Amino acid sequence: MTGLVKRYGAKTAVDGLNLQVETGTITAVLGPNGAGKTSTIECCEGYRKPDGGTVRVLGLDPVTQGDRLRPRIGVMLQSGGIYPTVRAVEMLKHTAKLYANPLDTDGLIERLGLGSAGKTPFRRLSGGQQQRLSLALAVVGRPELVFLDEPTAGLDVQARHATWELIEQLRHDGVTVVLTTHLLDEAERLADTVAIVDTGKVVAHDTPAGLSAANGAGETAIRFTAPPGLDLETLLTTLPAGLTALEQPPGAYTVAGDITPGVLAAVTSWCAAKDVMPQGLNVGRRTLEDVFLDLTGRDLR
Amino acid sequence: MTATASADETGAMNAAPRPAAPLSFTPAPGAAPVRRMIAAQAAHEVRLMLRNPEQLLLTIVIPALMMVLFSGESLIATDGPGKRIDFYAPGLFGAAVLSTAFTGLAIGTGFERRYGVLKRMGATPLPRWGLIVAKALCVLCVEAIQIALLSAIALAMGWHPHGDPFSVALLVVLATGTFAGLGMLMAGTLRAEATLGLANFVFLLLLAGGGVIIPLSKFPSGVRHVLDALPITALTNGLRDVLQHGATLPWANVGILAAWAVAAIAAAARTFKWE
Repeated sequence: MTGLVKRYGAKTAVDGLNLQVETGTITAVLGPNGAGKTSTIECCEGYRKPDGGTVRVLGLDPVTQGDRLRPRIGVMLQSGGIYPTVRAVEMLKHTAKLYANPLDTDGLIERLGLGSAGKTPFRRLSGGQQQRLSLALAVVGRPELVFLDEPTAGLDVQARHATWELIEQLRHDGVTVVLTTHLLDEAERLADTVAIVDTGKVVAHDTPAGLSAANGAGETAIRFTAPPGLDLETLLTTLPAGLTALEQPPGAYTVAGDITPGVLAAVTSWCAAKDVMPQGLNVGRRTLEDVFLDLTGRDLR
Repeated sequence: MTATASADETGAMNAAPRPAAPLSFTPAPGAAPVRRMIAAQAAHEVRLMLRNPEQLLLTIVIPALMMVLFSGESLIATDGPGKRIDFYAPGLFGAAVLSTAFTGLAIGTGFERRYGVLKRMGATPLPRWGLIVAKALCVLCVEAIQIALLSAIALAMGWHPHGDPFSVALLVVLATGTFAGLGMLMAGTLRAEATLGLANFVFLLLLAGGGVIIPLSKFPSGVRHVLDALPITALTNGLRDVLQHGATLPWANVGILAAWAVAAIAAAARTFKWE
């Protein structure tokens, strides 16, 4: 996909976006709400006609060659797309009939823990069951490539892990996965590559580890929590130059820069002098969350 | 009771021995043959339509009740001599076709559009034209059930139909095209709630003014000329020409319906929004 542009009236949702996805990998498209994630995916699925640029999916143009593309891809929409009175198993078995070599629907139902949902109308399924049925519909036709739009939104912890394992198995079995998410741990855990999208552009595209390393050059940090309002100026005077100390949100302290054992000792001595116990103290690399916030800004929008 | 029964069922399903082969997602993409897709989609839509209580009330219960009530009691005086059932049976076939092809289809499709069902179907191998064909088959299938049921009731009440079945089928198919086109025009442009209200309102208006239960001779002649050009009137007039008076191919009414069908389908095709 090169130079993709998508406008809705005067608003430009996708603004010259470039992205390439390797076969057999999991790519996470990560971005704040309204960054253009869903618009980008919908251009790949053939729902939206791009206003500029070129989109090729499995070598095909999703708009003009959709008839050849659709049998080869699986799509999970962000919400529903399923009639409220249709029964879960009925919907899955029906969708399976539209494909030449569908998966065994009973096995898929069992795998996704939907056995108890069998005859329940869609509207009476729990949010998690609805999401899992939607995922099942995306994979039942044995596609080469699946697009999952926020596949774990609204799932509890167990269901989220079950979904992650399923997505990992998809990759293991040779399916290419493109998913959107705004969950950083999901991207970090699952994705081979992460594309961070903001205001309609890819602002970074790398492996999770690569993103953390490149945007901070191996910089590490000490994090701890303590009573809010400690005077960080007195801490900085005891530390080597070039380090930063910050309290955000109140009570959560981060000391970033070239962290040596001496710096750690200085921080703990400073705490001891104030008779403060640093809770949950850890020394580590910048997380994907730090990188994400640096790239997309901290402002709410 | 229901809860216990379904819990037992679930238990039995889980307890059943399962093949140990793990699920493999190895890609094997491909669409089913297009005929099989359309047949599956049509069967799926018929199941959903017949399961919906509001749709059943509209398409089955109301026409059947009207058949029993109006034909048994002289609530409304009919045109000239002849048995009441011979007048009402063709009119209520018209009402049945209208309820399924127009009201039922419009409301169902309107809500499918609102719930994103049409969008989701757009990601499957079933092409859009295939979905339209499946919906048409679904409507024709439900109409066949309605007409069979209404005919059985009418025959039990002493109905003696005339005419040839081919003319009846032609009138019904043309009327179905017209009503389905108008229904899709509404469902594809208005909000689902607006479609729900308007489709029911239009249904009642056409029931009253389309020669279904009230003979057109009850209206002033100026009004009557307008009513005669409506598709529902062309259908009920045509069906009476055939079934009550033994005509073959009532050309005027066939012509009115054919013109409506072309216009309605063209308008729907131009304006329909899938999302």
